[in-house]
Amino acid sequence: MKGIISNLHKVFESRIRLGIMSVLVVNDWVDFNTLKQFLDTTDGNLASHLKALEAKQLVEMKKQFVGRKPKTSYQASEAGRNLFAQHIEALESLISKK
Amino acid sequence: MKSNSNSNDDIKAIKSMMERSSRFLSLSGLSGISAGIIALIGAAIAHHLLESVKTDDPGLLYFLRPFPFGEIIMPLVILAFSVLVLALASAIFFSWRKARKQNLSLWVPATKRLLTHLFIPLIAGGFFVLILIDQNAEILVASATLIFYGLALINAGKFTFGEVHYLGVSEIVLGIAAGIFVNYGLLFWAIGFGVLHIVYGFVMYFRYER
Repeated sequence: MKGIISNLHKVFESRIRLGIMSVLVVNDWVDFNTLKQFLDTTDGNLASHLKALEAKQLVEMKKQFVGRKPKTSYQASEAGRNLFAQHIEALESLISKK
Repeated sequence: MKSNSNSNDDIKAIKSMMERSSRFLSLSGLSGISAGIIALIGAAIAHHLLESVKTDDPGLLYFLRPFPFGEIIMPLVILAFSVLVLALASAIFFSWRKARKQNLSLWVPATKRLLTHLFIPLIAGGFFVLILIDQNAEILVASATLIFYGLALINAGKFTFGEVHYLGVSEIVLGIAAGIFVNYGLLFWAIGFGVLHIVYGFVMYFRYER
């Protein structure tokens, strides 16, 4: 039981972060506005969660210019994918425990 | 500690988000219905064009053999092209409307994957049909278009509603039948591109959009 709990990572505790990771593991680069649409959240909220995930190197960010507009895209890093997979596994084994 | 129901909700949220973001879910049932109706109208016009040059009376929605190219080939090509453009435009229109209702943009990451997977078999099929015509095997055109279209749908089905897969299987079965009963090419076309799309559209509309 202890092993399972330690695999539940604090960094994924918020719904928005779970959402971000869910989108990023099944897609390649996803830009900020698309993420915002999927998660139905505000710019500030999404940006702060992305920043937190980026600080832990779970997501990677790139900036491009489309015409004159900057476009920021994100993808899940290798470490992020692994950690998120562990997290899902832990969630699933918690459910099946009962 | 996280409670059990909480974990369950998390898993559900993760699954639905993966689903929502990796599939093109703006495809509307109305797209299928409108494309089907346009195809049926096109088949009816093609039938009349063929009627106008027939020599004997081979029945409804046939392909003439030998194919009466020459005088009606251009009208037929223009007709086929208009049907394609109109059907595509209506499909895009209804998808755009559905996307707006869902507050999603039409261009999500899955859109690109859907289109790539749809158009690779479709373009291959297009070239193959040109080869068939060049080799004077136009009686197999109906069969080939249906089979390649079915393959394209099965390929693209992974990136949108699962039902598209079954539409694809039906088109392939129909395409094989069209290859056996080569004299009824137009009839099989009308069923494959008209009736099947309409049936599919109704199923999807009542399942997901009501």
